Amino acid sequence: MTEALLQVEGLVKTFGAGEAETRVLRGLSLRMDKGELSALLGPSGSGKSTLLTILGTLMQPTSGSHMMLGVDLTTANDRALTDFRNRHIGFVFQFHNLLPDFTALENVIFPTAVREGRETAAARARGRDLLSRMGLADRVDFPSTNLSGGQKQRVAVARALMNSPELVLADEPTGNLDRASAIQVMELIGQINRDEGTTFLISTHDEKIAATCCRQIVVGEGVVTG
Amino acid sequence: MLYALKIAFRYLLSSKAQSALLVLGVALGVFIFIFMSALIGGLANFILASIAGDLSHVSIVAEVEDPVLLLDQNLGHILLAQEKSALRQAFLRDAAIYVPMIAALPGVVAVSPQITGSGFITRGGQVAQVAINGVEPGKESAIVQLDSYIVAGSVRLGTGLTIIGQTLADDLDLTVGDTIRLDSAQGVNALLTVSGIYKIGQGGFDRATAYVSLDTARTLMALPQGVTRIEIKLSDLMAADATALRITAITGLKAKSWTEQGAQVMSALQAQGQTGLLLKTFAMVSIVIGIASSLLLSTYRRKAEIGIMRAMGASRRFVVFVFVSQGALVGLLGGLLGAGLGYVVLQAFPPRDAAHPSVMPIDIHEGAFGLAVLLTVTIATLAAILPARAAARVDPVTAIGQ
Repeated sequence: MTEALLQVEGLVKTFGAGEAETRVLRGLSLRMDKGELSALLGPSGSGKSTLLTILGTLMQPTSGSHMMLGVDLTTANDRALTDFRNRHIGFVFQFHNLLPDFTALENVIFPTAVREGRETAAARARGRDLLSRMGLADRVDFPSTNLSGGQKQRVAVARALMNSPELVLADEPTGNLDRASAIQVMELIGQINRDEGTTFLISTHDEKIAATCCRQIVVGEGVVTG
Repeated sequence: MLYALKIAFRYLLSSKAQSALLVLGVALGVFIFIFMSALIGGLANFILASIAGDLSHVSIVAEVEDPVLLLDQNLGHILLAQEKSALRQAFLRDAAIYVPMIAALPGVVAVSPQITGSGFITRGGQVAQVAINGVEPGKESAIVQLDSYIVAGSVRLGTGLTIIGQTLADDLDLTVGDTIRLDSAQGVNALLTVSGIYKIGQGGFDRATAYVSLDTARTLMALPQGVTRIEIKLSDLMAADATALRITAITGLKAKSWTEQGAQVMSALQAQGQTGLLLKTFAMVSIVIGIASSLLLSTYRRKAEIGIMRAMGASRRFVVFVFVSQGALVGLLGGLLGAGLGYVVLQAFPPRDAAHPSVMPIDIHEGAFGLAVLLTVTIATLAAILPARAAARVDPVTAIGQ
């Protein structure tokens, strides 16, 4: 049996209180193995984004357990979660979310620099390598604001991979791209998954994107339905 | 935290106009702080130099001690009225012992044993009342800077010589080399030659004080030993109270600080100092408000970026450091710019030694440049804490969602 990367059991997440209380996750359970390339599907409001946020340690569940790499993340404090996130989890957002005052390379090496307290030569070299693999070797020192939408999303993918995380969570990574750029980004993700064994969980509404993944996880009404 | 510093610097550079305005505002505050320090300090020095410069900072004056009355205790109730003697002269018998002891105290610049009294000068049919001040030859300028006030003749005193004020010389139509007769209240008289004429600028002083040598005064006052007062000059006149206490403790003589007579001057200077402090505090408060509001605005504007940083693994502490560093950098740049501006502007004013009443007595040495920069960096850093904490509390999920 393949080794489990993460396992959540009975995840519940509610927002608000009293009559305004909204239960988004209703006892969701999920296991992901190392090296998976999975698509997270489901209609709007089904709880996909909330699940990604909790798996990314940006939010704590109301109840349930969340284990990753053998660490119980439901009881960890903010400092521990921040450190864990930095070392083991990468993010790709729908709107790239690059730091506008930084160049492409500076954006990519941010996760390492923030951990080490400075921009090392080794980090720069890895950043350049990642950008090169994303086809952006000639855009390394470009201000991020001067890049096209597709280029920005590829920089975001490179940034997510900078610390060689075990898990990359991508929330609609191609939702804001044209077809060609979307295919390019998904091909890169697939290649990294195959080459480095990085686990990807990609939230998408696009059936064609989902079809490129090995596994489809369907969420509905706050639980995994398929 | 070098990386946080780099980001802080980058953020400041990314909004060049806003940062420049902020730094300029801080610089203005620092300039006001420095200017006020130089003005208040310079004014205080000028007033003190004008008022207390020619005073003895500490004085020991002999006091008449009435003799103890020896009464028979068995006489019952006695009503006794003792009349103070007007004839007996007080003097400090052991002055010769104490003078070197006092001169050796730290901060003492000069010690001048003196014999003082009253008398009148006669020249022909003209008579003028004067205060006789006997000082040691060679120490004529120890307390009052006579050498700088001499308008004719020499400041040097000796046997048979006297130095008188310009007004008195005018009243009696005297010039250097003229002879006068000086009669003391003790009934002794001497013929003296005017060796110098001074002009201090205070009518009363220039009309009523005649300087003679200590030996001449001893003869005139019929004082075979001791002196009537000891005047002491200090390097720091604000140390007069402490030095007076110390002299009293060492010698047992009653030493008085100039501040006892100059209490009004001191309270005026204190009020002036407090006004300056208030203005300087306002300048610093404006810096705090400027930096805090600007960084709060920056926090709001960069909310999404803070969220991204937090998502990428930046700790709350890192975020706090980025924003506090921005405050510190603004404080440092503004502080240095303000100090530089202050230095350039204060150069336009005459130096401390050349101050005179017609221009503002601004003293560049009182500018407190180092303190201004240090204080600015400190309060700028403190002012950034509130926005920094607000930044650190940004919820990455909400921020990225924006």
